[in-house]
Amino acid sequence: MIELEGLTKRYGEKMAVNHLTFAVRPGIVTGFLGPNGAGKSTTMRMMLGLDRPTAGDVRIDGQHYDRLKDPLKYIGALLDAKGMHGGRSAFNHLLCLAQSNGIPRSRVHEVLDTVGLTAVARKKAKGFSLGMGQRLGIAGALLGDPRILMFDEPVNGLDPEGIHWIRNLMKSLAAQGRTVFVSSHLMSEMALTADHLVVIGQGRLLADTSMADFIQRNSRSYVRIRSPQRERLLDVLYGAGITVVETDGGTLEVDGGKPERIGELAAQHQIVLHELSPQQASLEEAFMRLTAESVEYHAHADPSLADPSLAGTPSPSAPPPPSGGQGRQAWGSDWKKG
Amino acid sequence: MSTPQHQMQQQAAPAPNWQAAPGTSYTSPIPVTRTHLGHALASEWTKIKSVRSTMWTLGVFLLLVVGIGLLVAAQTSDADYAEVPYTIPAFFGLILGQICLITLGVLVVSSEYGTGMIRTTFTASPQRYRVLTAKLLIFFVVAFVVSAFAIGFVGLATSGMHGGASDNKWGGTVLMGALYVSLLGVLALAVGSMLRHSAGAITSMLGVVLVPAILPAFLMMSESMRTIGEKMQEYNAPNALAQIFELDSDNGGGGPQLALLAGVTAAAIAGAYALLERRDV
Ligand SMILES: Nc1ncnc2c1ncn2[C@@H]1O[C@H](COP(=O)(O)OP(=O)(O)OP(=O)(O)O)[C@@H](O)[C@H]1O
Ligand SMILES: [Mg+2]
Repeated sequence: MIELEGLTKRYGEKMAVNHLTFAVRPGIVTGFLGPNGAGKSTTMRMMLGLDRPTAGDVRIDGQHYDRLKDPLKYIGALLDAKGMHGGRSAFNHLLCLAQSNGIPRSRVHEVLDTVGLTAVARKKAKGFSLGMGQRLGIAGALLGDPRILMFDEPVNGLDPEGIHWIRNLMKSLAAQGRTVFVSSHLMSEMALTADHLVVIGQGRLLADTSMADFIQRNSRSYVRIRSPQRERLLDVLYGAGITVVETDGGTLEVDGGKPERIGELAAQHQIVLHELSPQQASLEEAFMRLTAESVEYHAHADPSLADPSLAGTPSPSAPPPPSGGQGRQAWGSDWKKG
Repeated sequence: MSTPQHQMQQQAAPAPNWQAAPGTSYTSPIPVTRTHLGHALASEWTKIKSVRSTMWTLGVFLLLVVGIGLLVAAQTSDADYAEVPYTIPAFFGLILGQICLITLGVLVVSSEYGTGMIRTTFTASPQRYRVLTAKLLIFFVVAFVVSAFAIGFVGLATSGMHGGASDNKWGGTVLMGALYVSLLGVLALAVGSMLRHSAGAITSMLGVVLVPAILPAFLMMSESMRTIGEKMQEYNAPNALAQIFELDSDNGGGGPQLALLAGVTAAAIAGAYALLERRDV
């Protein structure tokens, strides 16, 4: 469990992170989403005690990061910049990390195997491709078998097979009860991996909601129909009180319609259908709409208020923490008051 | 915020993975150890061993000190050592060789900032002072052992070539000389930790070594600056080494010079620690 409270980071005039309050819970993958420059990497660096917050606080299972006695067994992190010396071999890179936390040498071989770098373990990291470097970073994160994992844009530079691998890795890590916190600017990627979603824009919290809820709330679902007997179908649907939108391509779309009902109606009236498919509008669009609003809010008089319509919704919809009653029940409620 | 809605949402969620999670969060089978300085030392030892720059700088250092030392020894006669220690040929190599130790000292820390490794390091060891302490200790021991070996080797070789000419004790010059150049390297490490930039820190250190050696020539021209010039001449690094190796046999020792360097190094280390905890990485 990672808890942020009023976390703020200012670089000169620039508010990189502005009063962030949320919690990252164990057992699920939490996606951390925001456009470029939203403050994701800065937030993660503050979580790891690398950057000092201007204000606010981060706690890892109730403790400050620099108080952790065995940090690598608590948190494994993959940061955005390559955090390794190019002249050192993959094995030695991991070995010096392991030694600093008293992790046995055998574990280095294990993680190299997990990420598939055993064959190049003795090669210098600077010769690695983008994807190999990323895998080495992930090996470092897994080294201490930590209960919290933090990945800053892990799929950067990975090929489709690597992306698939990362996705499954994160899910299986979460399934083991670990806390998985992963940043991205791709909504589509998060939709496939994350169970929970934290969206920031311009350093401010825009949404803190379960993935399912976000999808339900933000994506238009509709039924797409194609039929050679278009006019008759339109009549029938109008007759049944169903609103139909005609698109340029000659297909019909029914917002929020049930394909079963439309199919049955068509059958009753013996109308031939060439297509009857439920569709979801792109989440990417919803995400862009959400973050575009943050820019708009920024220009208005009171920049301290995040978008209330979205930010105010998380608690009822969020799945309960797997830890049962021990989690904060109304997490997120404190900043709603503020 | 009603409970029914809550449950409904829960069912709507696409089978989240946390179902598989037991009541508590993940516990690793790897035994928990409280980290301490010993771990940091082991880690820094692996780091310094596993990069090329260490081999290069120390290799060149040995080549300079031993190579130039043996050349000088070969060019000198037994009589030259009547008044001076057998380690004196090492002095000439050390004047150049100290730059290698300075470079290594800087690189030990600034290369981490340059490559981004420092973030990984501080994530693994959030007790930053412990990392710096380990770096200082490991570097000092490595630099001291290597330079003492080089000076000692030159001393042995020279006494072998020109044996019996004098009974001057030269063991002390090995320790003092090695201590002086190692401390210069430690100073460079502290400066590297403060500046975080390899080129900047190496240049600054070259300034520290060379400027006091060159500037007195100009300062002496002005009457008012003469005392400052004289002090600089007395305490600059090349002259300190000359004193240690008793080049100027009447006021040998180099004790005050070594003390000054130790003081400056201590101040730089204190500065490095103070800045280390405060800054972002
Ligand atoms: N060390 C720094 N000094 C000054 N400004 C900084 C620093 N680090 C980050 N910033 C600024 O803070 C803002 C947030 O940056 P950050 O890297 O956290 O964004 P991000 O969400 O990770 O973006 P991306 O998706 O591009 O990785 C940016 O406007 C950036 O310019
Ligand atoms: Mg980033």
